[in-house]
Amino acid sequence: MKLTQISVFLENRKGRLHEVCVLLSENRVNIRALTIAESEDFGILRMVVDRPDSALQALKKNGFSAQLTDVVAIEVDDEPGGLAKILKVLTDKNINIEYMYAFVEKLSDKAVLVFRFEDTDLAVKVLKGSGIKILRKEVEEI
Amino acid sequence: MIWNEKMECISKDDLLDLASQRLKNMVSYLSANCPTYKKNLDQHGLTASDIRNIGDIIKLPFTTKDDMRDSYPFGLFSRPLQDIAEIHVSSGTTGNPTVVGYTKDDIKLWSEVMARALCCAGAEPGDMLQNAYGYGLFTGGLGLHYGALEMGLTVIPVSSGQTKRQLKLMDDFKPRILSCTPSYLLYMAEEAKEMGLDPQESSWQIGVLGAEPWSESMRLEIEQLWNILATDIYGLSEIIGPGVAQECKYKDGLHIFWDVFYPEIIDPESGLPAKEGQSGELVITTLTKQGIPLLRYRTRDIVSINYEKCACGRTSPRISKIKGRTDDMIIVRGINVFPSQIEHVLLGIEGTQPHYQLVVDRKSGELDDLEVLVEVEEKIFSDEIKKLRALEEKIRKEIESVLGILVKVKLVEPKTIERSMGKAKRVIDKRQV
Repeated sequence: MKLTQISVFLENRKGRLHEVCVLLSENRVNIRALTIAESEDFGILRMVVDRPDSALQALKKNGFSAQLTDVVAIEVDDEPGGLAKILKVLTDKNINIEYMYAFVEKLSDKAVLVFRFEDTDLAVKVLKGSGIKILRKEVEEI
Repeated sequence: MIWNEKMECISKDDLLDLASQRLKNMVSYLSANCPTYKKNLDQHGLTASDIRNIGDIIKLPFTTKDDMRDSYPFGLFSRPLQDIAEIHVSSGTTGNPTVVGYTKDDIKLWSEVMARALCCAGAEPGDMLQNAYGYGLFTGGLGLHYGALEMGLTVIPVSSGQTKRQLKLMDDFKPRILSCTPSYLLYMAEEAKEMGLDPQESSWQIGVLGAEPWSESMRLEIEQLWNILATDIYGLSEIIGPGVAQECKYKDGLHIFWDVFYPEIIDPESGLPAKEGQSGELVITTLTKQGIPLLRYRTRDIVSINYEKCACGRTSPRISKIKGRTDDMIIVRGINVFPSQIEHVLLGIEGTQPHYQLVVDRKSGELDDLEVLVEVEEKIFSDEIKKLRALEEKIRKEIESVLGILVKVKLVEPKTIERSMGKAKRVIDKRQV
């Protein structure tokens, strides 16, 4: 029950993100969620898209370093304490998060959290054991 | 003054006689004492009897930096280690560094040629020398030191770096002579101003500047900034270190001490002698060294040579400032850097060969910056910043430990490093020297 995230290496240069977005749009790939992690000279663009394989192919063909990573998407109520509830489960079970980002669904009162765990399989097991709903295809297809 | 008038003002005929005799002796010495050379001479069917005069030098095989690497560490030594008094090490092209050994007599020779060089620059016995070349495995510091002792200077062995302390010692002790790299002297001007010292008023009157290429415009800048006579010194550890050639006050070429370091200029492609007056690769034969004498060592430095007697009275020929290299070596802060060294490090880290490029820059009044760009190919890419940062750190530390100087490492996107004719351009030198 994992989700595929695509990450892309980007230099800190003007217009670089725009170029990636144009490329994805030309390949009819829709971005569902995105975040950028940055250091001084470079950044890593992380995205959840509707067609990760096509996106990866297009990026590689155009000379980008890109890779697919397993992440976990969780739906929470878009209200105070929504995220805290999930994090408590993870903290109690000693699950380490590498990074995470969130987006809000347009047509519902839910927020979607994307997690990258040190140990994805263990995290999925723990979350499911606590009755937390993990999204799969739904996110890519929202 | 001229330190060794007999040798530095020798007539050309006498010099050729002397060099002929010394070359013959050297070839016999190498055949008897250095198995590596003996084998090489045998392969070329050469013995000492084939060398009748110095003109026969062109019969001898060249010695290259690769020969030194292949014989690491002591294969080219002509003396057993117990006869070696001192060992110095400089960077090699890949993996193994270049090792040279000096007997006590070689140290005497080094002291002699460095005394000649210091006098040639204008030093007089009794002067004080602030020696800001690095002491240690690098030959710069100790070479200047030995020469200073030999000719009767008071030497301050301050070594490189610690700029504030350099300037304080200059201000307090009033040395007349300074030795360091030209870029460091420029750099010190900025620091001096910050400390409230006026470079125009410094005690230094003569600079013995070398270990990196520099231009006439840089000389002008240094002389104007510091109100100093800026002279160029040339040397390489394979031959002896500093003290191979030095400019006099006329600054019209560097006097090469040809009675001991016999120069030839060759066409680097064909290996044949270049036409007189034309630029080519400087090849040097050590005529009297004992520890690690070298026949026809290819310096890879491009120079021209002028055999006319100089206005200073010396007859020793003068080589021009270094006009270029026949390989891709660059000199950063006095340290020789070969792209192949970086290649070696990168290969060792990832087991793959990412594309890379060295960018050297020198901002006005600052020291050289070496930046290593490394393309992030799929194999080394990670979705986690910390992993990429750790990779950057690892590359940086390993390169620094190989080169011995600080570098910056920058990860760049694939295919962003310029490729010419399918081959990546390994070095971008932005310095205006």
